[in-house]
Amino acid sequence: MPFSAQPPASGERYALSASLDNARHLSSLLRAVHFQDHATCLATASGLRVTVEDAKCIQANAFIQAEIFQEFSVQEESVMFRISLSVLLDCLTIFGTSSVPGTSTALRMCYRGYGYPLTLFLEEGGVVTVCKINTQEPEELLDFDFCSTKVVNKIILQSEGLREAFAELDMTSEVLQITMSPDKPYFRLSTFGNAGSAHLDYPRDSDLIEAFHCNQTQTNRYKISLLKPSTKALALSCKVSIRTDAQGFLSLQYMIRNEDGQICFVEYYCCPDENITEAER
Amino acid sequence: MRFRAKIVDLACLNHFSRIINTIARLAKTCILRLTVCKLYFILSDKVANGGASMWCELSQGNFFDEFQLEGVAAEHNEIYLELVPENLSRALKTAQNAKAVKIKLTNKHCPCLRVAVELPSLSSSSRIVTHDIPVGVIPRRMWNDFREPSVPDFDVSIYLPVLKTMKSVVERMKNLSSVIVIEANLSGEMNLKIETDLVSVTTHFKDLGNPLWASEDGCQSSTQGRDLESMAEACIDIKKLQQLLAGQQVNPTKALCNIVRKRIVHFVLLHEEVSLQYFIPVIA
Repeated sequence: MPFSAQPPASGERYALSASLDNARHLSSLLRAVHFQDHATCLATASGLRVTVEDAKCIQANAFIQAEIFQEFSVQEESVMFRISLSVLLDCLTIFGTSSVPGTSTALRMCYRGYGYPLTLFLEEGGVVTVCKINTQEPEELLDFDFCSTKVVNKIILQSEGLREAFAELDMTSEVLQITMSPDKPYFRLSTFGNAGSAHLDYPRDSDLIEAFHCNQTQTNRYKISLLKPSTKALALSCKVSIRTDAQGFLSLQYMIRNEDGQICFVEYYCCPDENITEAER
Repeated sequence: MRFRAKIVDLACLNHFSRIINTIARLAKTCILRLTVCKLYFILSDKVANGGASMWCELSQGNFFDEFQLEGVAAEHNEIYLELVPENLSRALKTAQNAKAVKIKLTNKHCPCLRVAVELPSLSSSSRIVTHDIPVGVIPRRMWNDFREPSVPDFDVSIYLPVLKTMKSVVERMKNLSSVIVIEANLSGEMNLKIETDLVSVTTHFKDLGNPLWASEDGCQSSTQGRDLESMAEACIDIKKLQQLLAGQQVNPTKALCNIVRKRIVHFVLLHEEVSLQYFIPVIA
């Protein structure tokens, strides 16, 4: 362990205890879902899931598997708490955000259980920072009930194909319209802003499309202000899967490779703003 | 009263600009004291500044190629001007590639520091950009208000940690709290702490070293009989500390602070040609 000031070990049973050699493996993923101040953390034997919601229609989850950590132990079946994500990120990046090659911040995280703060020990270059962040009662989370059997349309794309499109979305449009179809236009992103409508079509045989499974023509609109934060996850990712179900609920799953080449996932779920079953040309 | 100066060397000019930028971060308005050998930037501890004060001193010979000064009177060969350092900083921004910068005290309609920046030009005649910075002339009777502050009778004197690390930590802490506790002991240990309802964060620095100060009788201050482990702490406005650190664009040769517990923190930052002292009092 890289710390000279070691956290108490013997005799203390922590509900959650984890170590990470490079805190950026956690902080960069959390930034990809940081569109609200508060987040709900769920720790199970498989790892850590951090959930952020807004307006009861969008939910983002960041998954950091137990294997990413050097040490990860959860005492009960699961441990759940609500915490300020802004404060957590400020603490995780206390030594700065720039990634100077060769230097990294080591992290140890401890949580005693309900009512206790989340304690972080961060170390870089011999300097140790201890943070105690108050936790709150977890709130009920939305359940989009999105499972693979209910998926109507699915496209897997290389993220570079979508990055520019998302970065340049016409934010004067209230909605982002997504059309997915076995026929033309196959995959279309549309906005309707002050200057007019914009349509971006991806041909089915594009190199950027890794998998195309569209069974039904669907056109759905989503509030653009809710989806815009997903651009952060898109920027970090190498691949993205776009799926919709019969109600037009949208699932965006981002595959993210961290500095050490390990894979993590971030997903965004969004409710449709309007449901248009006829394809709009 | 006359003042004329000229900088021709680009490195000196850039260095001078960096110093002015640092001053501009620390004070909205300050006093510029001009003497034959030195320039001083002074901020006295009025309530308006939140009680912080500053004393920055540089030798004119290290920056200026020409320097002519005629003070208010023969026995008082100095000039005290009140100015907004940000104005001077902005004027010098146009001088990044200048051939020369001339500074002159003028009084056409009102007293001004005229900064004339000579820029390189393809034609035979130079391009000159002139900035007139309004200044207030401080009368002789008020000069006593701006004397060099004495080093306080401190409880602990300690070298600062690597400024880059200290800067990052304080910047993050500033997002979480408006005040910060700085504490240190005579064993080279310093802690920066913030505590709010939501979160508490403490950063521990070790092995910083404690400078030895020569006392008035010439002997070095002795640590005999003093408790080496006991911390002297002061709770100060975090924004002031962040501004001081953010203004340090180049690593100082020496950086230290003197803590008078529960009263004031005295920061001393020494570069080769310039010394800066900044006093931050505790939050009442």
